[in-house]
Amino acid sequence: MIGVTKTFGSVIATNNVSFDIRYGEVLSLLGENGSGKTTLMNMLSGIYFPDAGEIQVGGTPVSIRSPKDAYDLKIGMIHQHFKLVDVFTAAENIVLGLQEHGKYDKKEVARRVREICAKYGFDIDPEQKVYTMTVSQKQTLEIVKVLYRGADILILDEPTAVLTLQEIDRLFAVIRNMRADGKAIVIITHKLNEVLAVSDRVTILRHGEYIGTVETKDATEASLTEMMVGKKVELDIARDLIEEKELRLAVRDLTVVNGDGITVLDNISFDAYSGEILGVAGISGCGQKELLEAIAGLQKTAANASVLFTDPQSGESKQLIGTNPKKIRQLGVHLSFVPEDRLGMGLVGSMGMTENMMLKNYSDGKSLFLDRKQPRALAEQILHDLEVVTPGINTPVRRLSGGNVQKVLVGREIAAAPTVLMTAYAVRGLDINTSYTIYNLLNEQKKNGVSVIYVGEDLDVLLQLCDRIMVLCGGKITGIVDGRTATKEEVGALMVNNH
Amino acid sequence: MIQNPIKEPLVRIVKRDALSSGKAWGIRIASLLLALVLCAVIIFSITKLNPLSVYSTMFRGAFGTARRSWQTIRDAMTLLCISLGLAPAFMMRFWNIGAEGQILVGGIATAGCMIYLGDKLPTPLLFVVMLVACLAAGALWGFIPAFFKAKFGTNETLFTLMMNYIAIQLTSYFVAIWEKPFGSNTVGIINDRTNAGWFQPLFGLQYGWNVAIVLVLTFAMYFYLKHSKQGYEIQVVGESENTARYAGINVSRVIIRTMILSGAVCGLSGFIVVAGAGHTISTSTSGGRGFTAIIVAWLSKFNPFVMVICSFLLTFLDKGAAEIASKFNLNDYVSDILEGIILFFVLGSEFFINYRLIFRQKPSADVNADDPKKEVEAA
Repeated sequence: MIGVTKTFGSVIATNNVSFDIRYGEVLSLLGENGSGKTTLMNMLSGIYFPDAGEIQVGGTPVSIRSPKDAYDLKIGMIHQHFKLVDVFTAAENIVLGLQEHGKYDKKEVARRVREICAKYGFDIDPEQKVYTMTVSQKQTLEIVKVLYRGADILILDEPTAVLTLQEIDRLFAVIRNMRADGKAIVIITHKLNEVLAVSDRVTILRHGEYIGTVETKDATEASLTEMMVGKKVELDIARDLIEEKELRLAVRDLTVVNGDGITVLDNISFDAYSGEILGVAGISGCGQKELLEAIAGLQKTAANASVLFTDPQSGESKQLIGTNPKKIRQLGVHLSFVPEDRLGMGLVGSMGMTENMMLKNYSDGKSLFLDRKQPRALAEQILHDLEVVTPGINTPVRRLSGGNVQKVLVGREIAAAPTVLMTAYAVRGLDINTSYTIYNLLNEQKKNGVSVIYVGEDLDVLLQLCDRIMVLCGGKITGIVDGRTATKEEVGALMVNNH
Repeated sequence: MIQNPIKEPLVRIVKRDALSSGKAWGIRIASLLLALVLCAVIIFSITKLNPLSVYSTMFRGAFGTARRSWQTIRDAMTLLCISLGLAPAFMMRFWNIGAEGQILVGGIATAGCMIYLGDKLPTPLLFVVMLVACLAAGALWGFIPAFFKAKFGTNETLFTLMMNYIAIQLTSYFVAIWEKPFGSNTVGIINDRTNAGWFQPLFGLQYGWNVAIVLVLTFAMYFYLKHSKQGYEIQVVGESENTARYAGINVSRVIIRTMILSGAVCGLSGFIVVAGAGHTISTSTSGGRGFTAIIVAWLSKFNPFVMVICSFLLTFLDKGAAEIASKFNLNDYVSDILEGIILFFVLGSEFFINYRLIFRQKPSADVNADDPKKEVEAA
């Protein structure tokens, strides 16, 4: 790719980027969120068309106007969000959209699928329906689909985001097999350890600019981070030990059955204390969301569940089960919650910062009309303190970048002077600097005696940040370990305990 | 091995930056002018009439005489009133396409009061009763679909649409009961001798009350949606029910409350149509305005003051089109075509405000290899 540029309005997604991909090699495309990695690859796979620049394949300039053009050039992309038809079988999904003449020959397709699987070490049943597959199987299917179409250049967008440690190892083995077969493989990622583990070379992007390409064997986590962020970043998270802890939340026998009759939380009991960060680890979808929502009064729970809140001033116990967010506020419980779905739950995307500040307390006071004065002051304060980048406090927050959206949300929740602060995937999709801002904010809250519950997905961070880590697997607690002494392998094993 | 001649797509669609409001309005006005040009071409090619005289006839149709101007104002006010009623519902993303029915039941309630109570109650009291009756009837028509949506998650689009048919049948039923003269299958002009329950001129203006009521409502709705706590709740629920629940808003209650309001205001427009304009009731009392008002509400992005302009634009088109149809002996459909073209352009201009098109450039111009070339190579 030579001098490739793509703009969206005034946003320059990639600016004059040039680099090369080699057959028989794994190239990592490294950059923070919003650095243009995916946009760049989307241009290679025919989803976007570059505004300027040239793409050459095998030395010949080509123009890729649609995904079909890309397939014709033997380029295949495996997207972060799978593009599969749930009610079809694996084989049906593979041939879907292929413009082959003649009859759909099930046996022939199955034979070729098995052939590909055997060659690279995949494990897939051509007759299995997609909706019965695990995330890892779906991803395998996507890769097989691309190989079936004869791709020689494979692009994987954040392939490890949804996988467990064991599944990642298996994926890397397959990638190495494909490399040995002479395929060119591009992995889009922002996880440094994976870059170092699997790739031969690393190309780094920053804010849409090409920064450089280095041989993996010459790189370290620190050197890559520096290239990615543009300055040296301290990768350690401070963790103070607070000696005086009080019981803040006592969760007992919490069971949640969802609308489909599936038990998503099974008899959960634990305590959360003031002055500590309790980490919650687990593969996504193991009940983390339901756990936080149940505490926040947003989930129906089974009958005997109990969440007792101990008031720091009066020492009174207050039952939170059977309430709703409004009642919890009326009980005088300062419970702050940063939900996973920031714009779909925590904020109103079409409103500006001011209006979002009053989301939880707009109804205070007797007046029929809104008081915008205090929310505006708060919005300005957060804008200033957390260095939110926005055209103005009245710009719809939907238009802000992910990191700034999160700053607005976390800023509001912390401004509410919480005694319990729950966060779900607080740093997902954020760049390193913003992530560390959030870690610092959480640590500050902990020092102020707040009980922090941190649901996370990055084990390294959980182990550095949290005082204790509770591991969920399939809706059950498989262990609560000390964050200071536990190892990554230990927690990883607990995460897949029941499988 | 590779057969792929370099060919840029002919047209590409590219997202724009946020345009300044001045430029955006420029595009809107330009598209309106373009629509008029296209209409002129069509008028000329089909009818061989001078487009300018057709346009001036359109204008005269809407504002040619004082009487016509007043009728245009009156109808624009009615349309505005319905749009004001729909605004809170659509802002909540509740697809209330049942304004037709809500207007009709409001109209029935009003007509019923005029017929049965017209001679019995003193005028001020009569109006109070009429007002309460039409609001209650419209509110009920809004409450029913909202209740089922809130409690059972029914689809409000289908539900409100069906409520329209019930209202139409109900109207036919009452027309049959109130038929006058016997056998005409119409209600005729209600209280044509006593004028009981008719809007009287306000400050000497025939439709003064219509204007006054609706304009007061416009301001009230603006403040309700923009500055009241309930208006805030409507916006939050419309954006995301999850966010609303997270904020501690009782979503069911907001849905029901808002639809009662929406239905009541639409019912009020039934009152204005019956008592302030037609003085009769029939299945065509709503006359499709319940649907036209949806366009007005969305075109104005639920801003009541912009709705005033949009209501006038649509009413003007309607009146003007009817006039050229009769004046030039044209088929009704010709005026519908013109109306359609203009609306299409006005709505389509929003696309050009958000996106722009890039056409393929001359081959010589599109290679700008100013950086040192790095060959993409295949081993």
